[in-house]
Amino acid sequence: MGMPVAKAKDFRTSLRRLLGRLRPHRLAILFVVLLAVVGVALTIAGPKLLGNATQRVFEGVVSRELPAGVTKEQAVAALRAQGEGRRADMLASMQLTPGHGVDFTALGRLLLLVVGVYLLSAVFSWISGYLMAGVTQRMVYTLREDVDTKLGRLPLSYFDTHARGDLLSRVTNDIDNIAMTLQQTLTQMITSLLMVVGVLAMMVWISPLLALVALVTVPLSILVTVRIAKRSQKQFAAQWRWTGTLNGHVEEMFAGHDLVKVYGHTDRAVAEFDEANDRLYAASFRAQFISGIIQPAMNIIGNLNYVAIAVIGGFRVASGTISLGDVQAFIQYSRQFTMPITQVAGIVNLLQSGIASAERVFEVLDEPEEIPDTTRPRSPAVPRGRITLEGVSFRYVPDTPLIEDLDLEVEPGHTVAIVGPTGAGKTTLVNLLMRFYEIDRGRITLDGVDIREMTRDDLRGTFGMVLQDTWLFGGTIRENIAYGAPDVGERRLLAAARAAYVDHFVRTLPDGYDTVLDEEASNLSAGERQLLTIARAFLADPAVLILDEATSSVDTRTEMLIQKAMAKLRQGRTGFVIAHRLSTVRDADTILVMDGGRIVEQGAHQALLDRGGFYHDLYRSQFAEPVGEGV
Amino acid sequence: MLGAFLRPYRGRVGIAVLLLLAQAIGNLYLPSLNADIINDGVITGDTGYILRVGGVMLLVTVLLGVFAVGAVYLAAQVAMGVGRDLRRALFRTVQDFSSGEMGRFGAPSLITRTTNDVQQVQMFVLMGLTMMVLAPITGVGGVIMALRENLRLSALLVVVLPLLALVVGAIVRSAVPQFRAMQRKLDAINRVMRENLTGIRVIRAFVRTAHEERRFGEANADLTRTALTVGRLFALAFPSIMLIMNLTTVAVVWFGGHLVDDGTMPIGDLTAFLSYVMQILFSVMMAVFMVVMVPRAAASAERVQEVLATEPAIRDAPRSVTDDAAAGLVESRGVEFRGVEFRYPGAEEPVLRDVSLMIRPGEVTAIVGSTGSGKSTLVNLIPRLYDVTAGRLLVDGVDVRDLSRDRLWSGIGLVPQRAFLFSGTVASNVRLGDEDATDDEVRHALEVAQAAAFVDALPEGIEAPVEQGGVNLSGGQRQRLAIARALVRRPGICIFDDSFSALDYATDARLRAALRTETAEATVIIVAQRVSTVLHADRIVVLDGGTVVGTGTHEELMRTCETYREIVYSQLTEDDVA
Repeated sequence: MGMPVAKAKDFRTSLRRLLGRLRPHRLAILFVVLLAVVGVALTIAGPKLLGNATQRVFEGVVSRELPAGVTKEQAVAALRAQGEGRRADMLASMQLTPGHGVDFTALGRLLLLVVGVYLLSAVFSWISGYLMAGVTQRMVYTLREDVDTKLGRLPLSYFDTHARGDLLSRVTNDIDNIAMTLQQTLTQMITSLLMVVGVLAMMVWISPLLALVALVTVPLSILVTVRIAKRSQKQFAAQWRWTGTLNGHVEEMFAGHDLVKVYGHTDRAVAEFDEANDRLYAASFRAQFISGIIQPAMNIIGNLNYVAIAVIGGFRVASGTISLGDVQAFIQYSRQFTMPITQVAGIVNLLQSGIASAERVFEVLDEPEEIPDTTRPRSPAVPRGRITLEGVSFRYVPDTPLIEDLDLEVEPGHTVAIVGPTGAGKTTLVNLLMRFYEIDRGRITLDGVDIREMTRDDLRGTFGMVLQDTWLFGGTIRENIAYGAPDVGERRLLAAARAAYVDHFVRTLPDGYDTVLDEEASNLSAGERQLLTIARAFLADPAVLILDEATSSVDTRTEMLIQKAMAKLRQGRTGFVIAHRLSTVRDADTILVMDGGRIVEQGAHQALLDRGGFYHDLYRSQFAEPVGEGV
Repeated sequence: MLGAFLRPYRGRVGIAVLLLLAQAIGNLYLPSLNADIINDGVITGDTGYILRVGGVMLLVTVLLGVFAVGAVYLAAQVAMGVGRDLRRALFRTVQDFSSGEMGRFGAPSLITRTTNDVQQVQMFVLMGLTMMVLAPITGVGGVIMALRENLRLSALLVVVLPLLALVVGAIVRSAVPQFRAMQRKLDAINRVMRENLTGIRVIRAFVRTAHEERRFGEANADLTRTALTVGRLFALAFPSIMLIMNLTTVAVVWFGGHLVDDGTMPIGDLTAFLSYVMQILFSVMMAVFMVVMVPRAAASAERVQEVLATEPAIRDAPRSVTDDAAAGLVESRGVEFRGVEFRYPGAEEPVLRDVSLMIRPGEVTAIVGSTGSGKSTLVNLIPRLYDVTAGRLLVDGVDVRDLSRDRLWSGIGLVPQRAFLFSGTVASNVRLGDEDATDDEVRHALEVAQAAAFVDALPEGIEAPVEQGGVNLSGGQRQRLAIARALVRRPGICIFDDSFSALDYATDARLRAALRTETAEATVIIVAQRVSTVLHADRIVVLDGGTVVGTGTHEELMRTCETYREIVYSQLTEDDVA
């Protein structure tokens, strides 16, 4: 009861689909159901048999009190004669051997039977539990694998247009939730339902009257549960709302920790925190209290039932219409009856949130995938890095033209610099070159081969890139540098590290190259992270290099050194460099000047300056101004 | 740890335990009433007695319900209260952390600890207060009642209870490490998934999709194996416990049958005895359930405790200087580094070594150098985000470690590298610098920071909403608001840590011109990458590899400092420099 119950949009379809994923395991499940049926039957038979055993003992006691030698009928008649009609009725319904005590051979045989029943039911429930654990775990395993494979097939546009946090939550939290739901519900659902049916049948069989009494409590418990749950639901909603508020506040205050302190904002941060915290307390206290009433309420109802059965059963035993053993069995049954009903209510609740999760996971699985690789891929024999774009058009959104009819020819070994103000569409070109996005019209070729005729892996294998957001994974620095070329030796790795100027700072770290980066690589500065990704690109040794604002968080001195090394690296390789800083691109063979998604100018640095167009203005605004006019 | 947080609630915990105790005793009393009904009512056929005792049973039942509701009320209050107090303590502790501790834990981890982990702990307290109290009371009570009911039959328990303890012990011993392993593997798989999502472009560019799928597959298989072990363990555990208890009931009937036959035990007691055995079973089940919860809650509690036990490295000195008069050093205002060294804990090489500098008020001091040369570290030492590891750092002539941090901070306007904005409005972000700033003062700060124009263009002006992290603004706009925030407090020391990088050159120049007049009296420190930003500073400090390799004006440094010349030439063409 601590989780918010997210309602599924289409409960039935999603439930059916989730159950559909159990299809490969249907034999195992069928077997589990069979075992459960037998197991439940045995569990139900247990108390009845034990009740019979108690009855044997009771009869033995009664028999002993009767004079030996008389028959049961004589004894009953004698009692009636003494005016003890009720007691006589009771005796009449018993199997009595007057004068003898408990018949231990009969009792022993009965009890051995009970032992057998219990043993079997334990073995059955163990086997079905064992099988069910396998079924749920394997199903969740394949669900995770499917989602992971799916993510590998989704086009990049999916990741660019969906909030990362939400997607992450789907593949982690939601799948966990499904796993938990299945684990807790599948077996319980089967046994609980069978138990309700079986126990009810037994109760009716023993005594229809007592069964009726027990049944009265069913609608009562449902009513009570529903009414309480409705109230607690409101409080739970408030609880999760305030949890969200608190999370947001904490996140912000922790992320801006230095500022909060230096600006003396701590007191107000604490005051705001306390406010949300107190409200969260109030809501969660109420939620827990109200939902906590359900259990005692169920207990009261259960105990009422117990008392009613004891009283009514007592009367009936006294009047001989029911045996004492049966009453005892009935009491055990009535306990077993309320339990699965409460369980089923809980399961339905749990299932609601599990199905809501499944729905979110299925949504991901249903997303349209990338166009598959061509079945007969071609590949340039030796990638040299000659790239041409012929009449390429592309738009992210159908109504907004971005790249229209672009022609570009890049000779192997040449460097293309892409410049322009923010939002000019500079990264778009990279997305197209590496086929992260599909072009709408025209064609792009690598060494004369249309990139759509290559496999994506072959195409991307010829590229090396350094992105603006520096992605490192939680491993050692060594593993991160070797990401694009996992099998290289130490010598080449160190050479790449030195070339990217990471060697020095790596050695200032406690564990050097074996330093484990945490998830956000927060133990490195932005510049250091950037350098590491550069080292990674160095080591991958690609035919075409893409630097996507690669040096924007590296200061100019380091940038200059990198440029030197880069010039060496670029020999015989084609390079695409995207940068704000014009010094970076001065040496480029071709400069593409982009504005508003369009390539507005194209040419060499000096030629473009002489032309006095967009590039000229851009250059003036950034370089010529500061010198001379004083600040 | 929990003990300390439960202490304020000990009264309520006590009452809750008493209520639970009463509840458990009541629950134990019911079977004996039932036995009485059978012994003295059913067998003798005394219907009046049956009704009377039945009435008592009902009364007890309702009373028990009231007790239970009372216990839940108190337990919810205590558990949620402990959660609230833990969160409060965590938040305050973290507020007192220096950047060192923040970096060690990382903000995301601290957030998880403050929210999810506390949630785990408070749910554990809630369950503990009900189940953990109820289980032993019911168990022990069941045993006592069984003994009272019939001593000889209770001899059975001598065999059963150790057997049960053995089985439960074995289950717990193998389950707890498995549960810990499962939690760890779940974390691992989530980490791989998170990395795959954030690095999708790199993974595809480096053609490592298959590798990442394999990595995920391994983590997945690993988790599945452990989950399967746990699942199968429990598939075995519950039937075993059930079997032991069921066999016990059979034994009770067999041996009890003999006792009844001997006449040493009334038949009704047999039924009661069976009920007690059932209650013992119930308490054992509860105990097992609790034990399953313990590892997870313990892991969370450990993570919470780790934060609470962390002593911030930087605290106010016991007798810190709080006012200027006491400092009495108004003449020696400014910032002075004396042989300062700084190294991160455990690092092989220091980030800064032997830095001696005098940064005077009324001057603009610029700090340049390559990445990793220690520029940001240098300025972060001034507001004591870190403490020097050797040497001294003086602000207004007083060692910063002797100043109260409130006094220190109130005189500093810091614009950090990452222009972090808080959710709120433009005005609320600027007013973070000075809560009492009037609209005019806010406006003035925005004008100096060259932010007035774009703020005015927003439909709501200075009341325009700012989303968390300032994501609805551009990088340059964020930087300018961060600068306005620093300026509005009219600080004695202004620190701009690479704060102009996202501005275009024209805005950069206008901003610096406006700053000149605004901060004429102040100590201004500018960390910058662009030479054009620092060109006209009164003094330029060049850092390389953590040491100062040159100080002076642009002209002086061009003559004397090789490192500075390299930086300049990398950015400007020859004729630009001349």
